[in-house]
Formats: sequence, C-alpha cells, structure tokens
Amino acid sequence: MNAKVTAPVAAPTKDGGFDWRRALSNRVSWLPVGASALLLILLLVGAQMRFESFVKPGVLSSLFVDNAYLIVLACGMTLVIITGGIDLSVGAVMGFSTALAAVMLNDGVSAAVIIPLVILAGSLFGLLIGVLVQYFDVQPFIASLAGMFLARGLCYVLVPRNLRIEDTTVLSLQNHKFRFGDWYFTGTVIIAVMVVFVVAWLLAKTRFGRTVYAIGGSEQSALLMGLPVARSKVLVYVISGTCAGISGLLFAAYTAAGYALHGVGTELDTIAAVVIGGTLLTGGSGYIFGSLLGVLVYGVIKQVISFEGAEQYKFRIFVGVLLLAFVVVQRAIVSRTTSRR
Amino acid sequence: MDGEPVVEVANAHLRFAGDVALDGVDFRMFAGEVHSLMGENGAGKSTLIKAMTGALRLDSGVMRLDGKTVSFSDPAAALRAGLSTVYQEIDLLPNLSVAENIMLGREPSRAGGIDWPRMRSAATEALAVMGVDIDPRSPLSRHSLATQQLVAIARAISRDVKVLILDEPTSSLDQDEVNELFRVIRELKARGVAILFVSHFLEQVYEIGDRITVLRNGKLIGEYKTAEMLRIDLVQKMLGKEAAELTVLESRGPTPAGSTDRKAILTARGVGRRGATKPTDLDVLEGELLGFAGLLGSGRSELARILTGVDPFDGGELILDGERRRFHQPRQALKERIAYSTESRKTEGIVGELSVRENIVLALQADLGWIRRIPRERQDELSASWIEALDIRPAEPERRAGALSGGNQQKVLLARLLALAPRVLVLDEPTRGIDIGAKVEIQRLIGDLAANGMSVVFISAELEEVLRVGHRIVVFRDREIVATLDPDAVTLEMLLAIVAKADGDD
Repeated sequence: MNAKVTAPVAAPTKDGGFDWRRALSNRVSWLPVGASALLLILLLVGAQMRFESFVKPGVLSSLFVDNAYLIVLACGMTLVIITGGIDLSVGAVMGFSTALAAVMLNDGVSAAVIIPLVILAGSLFGLLIGVLVQYFDVQPFIASLAGMFLARGLCYVLVPRNLRIEDTTVLSLQNHKFRFGDWYFTGTVIIAVMVVFVVAWLLAKTRFGRTVYAIGGSEQSALLMGLPVARSKVLVYVISGTCAGISGLLFAAYTAAGYALHGVGTELDTIAAVVIGGTLLTGGSGYIFGSLLGVLVYGVIKQVISFEGAEQYKFRIFVGVLLLAFVVVQRAIVSRTTSRR
Repeated sequence: MDGEPVVEVANAHLRFAGDVALDGVDFRMFAGEVHSLMGENGAGKSTLIKAMTGALRLDSGVMRLDGKTVSFSDPAAALRAGLSTVYQEIDLLPNLSVAENIMLGREPSRAGGIDWPRMRSAATEALAVMGVDIDPRSPLSRHSLATQQLVAIARAISRDVKVLILDEPTSSLDQDEVNELFRVIRELKARGVAILFVSHFLEQVYEIGDRITVLRNGKLIGEYKTAEMLRIDLVQKMLGKEAAELTVLESRGPTPAGSTDRKAILTARGVGRRGATKPTDLDVLEGELLGFAGLLGSGRSELARILTGVDPFDGGELILDGERRRFHQPRQALKERIAYSTESRKTEGIVGELSVRENIVLALQADLGWIRRIPRERQDELSASWIEALDIRPAEPERRAGALSGGNQQKVLLARLLALAPRVLVLDEPTRGIDIGAKVEIQRLIGDLAANGMSVVFISAELEEVLRVGHRIVVFRDREIVATLDPDAVTLEMLLAIVAKADGDD
C-alpha cells in the first residue's frame, strides 16, 4: 500500500505454506555448520565401512573424553574469532594452568583451592591480552603471541621436568567413568559440555553475544550504534583465557602430569577446529555448536589415523587439506551472499 | 514562533588533523522543524554533526540541549539523551538480521536472555512506520542499499527521539522511497521532533526544510527561513562564487554535429544476465555523451558493469569495432581502453591509504604490469598535470586520498581512468554525494572529453542532470531499456514520467 520496497526475501509465500527457500536464506550463516555436520557424518560412515568396529559406543564416547579439553578451548576461541580477532595464547595458557595445578598439588594444596585458582590464572592471561588489544591498540595476533610466549616461558619456570600429579580429586575427573551400557563419560566431559552450554547461551541469548557479532560485522558501526564495544572486546579475551584455564585443569586430569611442553601447537588445532566448524576467520559469523562439530571432525580423523596404525604426521596432512577446503568453501559462501545485493 | 531552541551550539571551534574544521559556528534547532545544513564538501557539515553526536569533541564552544549544557563523551551518550543519527555511509551490520540491526543496544530481554519474538515484533513495527515490509529475520546483507538505508532510519526513529539527524539520507533512495521518508519526517515533525536534514538535492531541501543554515569553509554564513530564500541565493551563499558561474548548470555541451551518422564503437546485441538485466540492445557512438537514466536497480548500473567487463553476461553478444568480444575481467576491457568508474567510490574506487599520486598512477601502472615500473619523475609529472587539469584540491600529490572530500576523490578516480586515455569511459554516478561546485566542474569536464572524441556513458540518479549532460538518453526501467530519447525533445516531466511509470504496481 505504501512505498514499494523490493526485497529478495520478503516475498510472501504464494501457497501459504512454509517457505523453505526463505527460511534457508535467512539462515545462510548456518550453512557452513551444516557442511561440517555433513562432513562428520561422511567421515563416520567412511570409517565404519573401513573398520567395522568404528561406530560403536566405546569409540564415540572416547571422542568426547579424549577431546574434552579441545572442546573447551574451541568455545573461547569461537568468541574471539567472531569478533574478528585471534587468540594464539590458548595452548600455552592451557599448559601453564596444567603446570600450575601440578606444582600446587605436589605442594599439598587442596584441590578445592587449586581449581578456582588455575582457572583464574587463565582469565588473567586473557585480561592481559584483551587490554593490550583494546586499550593499547595492539593487533590480536601480536598481543596473543606475547601472551603465548609469556605463558610458555612460565611453564618452564614452574615445571622444568615432568611433574606427576597424584591427587585423586583432580584425577577422578578423568578416571571415574560413568557408564551407561557401552557408553561412558567422565567428569571432564561434563565440564566441557557445561562450558559449551554456557558459552552458547552467552552468544545466542545475551546482549553481550549480539555485541560480539556486531563487532565482527563492523566495529565502527557497533561503536556508532552505542554498543559497549570496549568492554565486550576485553571480555571476549577474558572468556577465552578462562576457557584455557578450565581446559588446563581438564588436561591435568587427562595427562596426570605437568610438563613444560604441554599444549604446544594446541592453539592451532583449536583454530582449525573452529574454522572447520564454520566460523568465519574474518569475523561476524559462527556458532558454538559448529565449533563442537569441528572438534569432533578433528577427533574422528585422529581416531581413524590411529586405527590405520599410520604415522601421526598423516593426520596433520589430512587436517591441513580439510582446513584449506573449508576456507575456500567459506569464501565461496561469503562472496555469494554479498553478490546477491 | 521561534521559542526556545531544543539544540543550540554556540561558538564552536574544532581543529581536525591540523586543519580548521569549525571556526566559530553557531547552530540551533527547534522542535517540530526540519533544519537543513547546507554547504559544499569540506564546509564542516559532517564535522558539526559528529561534534553534536559525541563522535568528535569540540575544542571550544558549548552545546545546549533543552537549555542545559551538555557534552557527550561518545555516540551512546548522545543516543541516551535523545539524539539519534543516521550517517551518510550506512553504518549497519551486514552480518546480522534486520531485526538485530534495528534493536541492537536495547534488545528486549526475558529471564536474562534476549526475547527474540518481542525483538522481531518491535522491529516489524519500526519498519511498518517507514512503510517497509521485509522479513525482520532476514540478514541485512540480503537487501539493497536503499532498503538498508530505510532500516537505518527505522532504527534511528524507533527509539525515543528528540533530535533526529539525517546525513544524506536520500542519496541511495529512489523517488518513491524519498516520498515515503518525507512522509515519516512530516509525522515526526508533528510529534515535535527536531530534524536535521542534510542533502545535496536542493529540490528536497526546499520540499521538506523549514530552516537553512549555510556553512562555508568551517565558517557560519547564516541562518535563513527556507521560504524566504531564493534557490539561486542559497547556492551562491554555499559556493561563495558569483551567481553568473552557475549558468553553466543550465547549459549542455554542444551536441556534436551530425551525431546521427556517427560510428558505433561498442554495440550490445541481446546482452543480459539473469537477475541483472534483460537482453538489451545498445550502441555507444563515437564521441557521444550517453546518459543512462533510471531508478536504482532499473538495470542502469548493471548494464554498465556488463559493458565494461566488471560483471559477466550470460546471453547475447558484445561487439567492439565490429568484432565479437567477451570480457571476463575489467582488465580485458581496459586493454581495449574501455574504463569503468564505480558508483561505490569508497569501497571499490579510491584506495584511501594511498596518496593522491599513487591513486592516479594505479591503473596506468596496472596496465603496464608491475615489472615496468613508472619512474617516479613520470609519476610526479602525471599526477601534477592531472591535479591541475581537474583542479583537485588540495593540490598536494602526497596527501592521503582518503582525507580528500568526496568531490575531489571523484576527480582523483577520474584522473586515474583518464590517464589510461580510454576510448569509452563509463561513469557510474560520478556526481553522487558531492557538492554543486564540484558537480558543475565534473559535468564540464565530461563534456570536454566527449568533445575530444571520447565516448562517455554517464549514469546519474538525478534525471535533471542526465537531461542536461547527455547527447542521447537511454531510459531504464524494470531491468531493460524502455526508451532512447533526444534530450532536446523531452522535458524533465516527460522523462520523469517514463522513468517512474508504475512497475507492476497493484
């Protein structure tokens, strides 16, 4: 009745039924996540065809148990990447948290004190990086690289040699298995799943989450819209650091040791998982659920390689190729949506 | 009837990157009035707006809101005080949905989380006020620039707004959308909102404005009632030049003699692309100024991009010098010296971080290949001559191109293409968002180019400009050419009628 505004997706459904095309075009940012889900299914089917005993409760459960620490890291990393940043420190911060836990446990400090302290240590690293990025205008790459070196150096100070963890409370996170038939999970999985839910809720349901996407879309616009950009950007790195702290705790339970070289290169695994999970490296788009899928894809490939009995470097090659494919697919999707205008 | 102003800025001074941007400016706005801020590019309009909304801080001077002195630390503070702004370059988030773009920063919440259904319905309401019916869930990037502009305005007026600042809101809207915007502005006026309306379109200023403040070079020239101000006087105050110069505005370059038997350089036969243009026939003649008229999305830019190899075509044939050609990249078209100047100056044209000199030699260097570097002396010589020829200001080849005003950036872009000595030059909205003085200069330049034998395709949203500049006018509607006109034989009203003919209205 009024001015005609032509919009590609505003066309009402002609038959009054549910318009799938429209629903799909409104959710174009889920497309990469769908791709990653498809990939996961294909991998599982392929693995099952090759090794008949692959898709069974024991193996699938171990996917979660073995990668719980990576799931937690990926949650924090997803937030950072959606803002258009990157956090290279998470592997080293995780190693540092593990080392800190090991040292304190060996000094006889109670686990109830250590657990919050270790997590807090991670948050502090995140805060440092966030402040550097936001208030000193340092590139996220450089700021988190500095955080990485710092954390890694401190690892050597804390645990010059491999330090075993004997504390039963921490180890029970990994050792106590809750069994349901052939399925099982551990305390580490419970924690990881909790982190997934909390971060996913933050991202999808809160103003903070919307601001994270807004910053990734255009920081300048977010500022002009009056959104709390500075606070949110710092918070994103703090959350990533906190995730690294939690992940350090899980890793302590998983490896039962503090070691200066724990988690070397894990930050890159994390980024790979997040990207395979459909988060755009340029920021502005991505989902926690996707990152979870990304970690699982990563875990399946790792498992397949070990079933094959092949060398672990082959795993790297595979992940590398996948990553390449996904980045290309992302570009294709992005250029398709922008050219639609 | 004046009463107390809602907003008052007194004796504002601001230096920006060493230059004086505002020099003792006074400005006031009244409730229920539309106030137009006029001036050439670089007059200080944007700076004043930014200072009012907290994006920039005044060096000295005061701002009062409802009689109380205020100083906003950031745009968020200004928003809370009731100052809503829609910026010239659309400042929305393409990666989020329409609803989020409208509601972000004040999302309705429920149980600690965002209440999505309420957010969508609030967004739908805000859009309905603007007469826009689009799915609030759809991603913003799916919509045209014009729709995005309307979304930005919906965002601005959907909150409790006391003062609404619209910086060039109409530059990407077509006539229907402008009318709709004006309807909303009148409603807001009736509600007592003070509106600041910045536009380069004089007709619009006169249609909607109550009061005009003119700035020039950062100084206040004066405040006037629109009804008491003659257009010619206004323009003269803005330009500070003699009105006599403006007569150029009225005259078209001479129509080349014997234009009927000219040779066609570039011919399109049934050229089109699905979703962009229907199959089209077109001849671009030697040394003619061909005007493209039509609304946004009518196919005018789409065809231009196909002709110049920027976008592909999927049917028909393109004939250059009697030979069938198909350009896959702008590079290939450039090799034939067919050049395209984009409508998105900022994102696809000027490289803001490079200097004026670097921007000018960019295309020429790319043409030569990166191995055969143009010697620095030659670069200096080239840029100096183009800066002089096109009167680019400031005349400093080493200045960052991004720091130039819109009109001068456009000239730098022109210089870049002209350095290639093109045979066919396609200019997509070369005069959008630049001031009248620069507009006249660019129009004159284009006229000279055609007189020297270059074929120029000139695209503009301003019909009156196309009518004045073109030797021949091609009218687009609904993604196809609907008429080819002789500008001497039609009036603006006739052209408007052809362009605006209801496209499937029901």
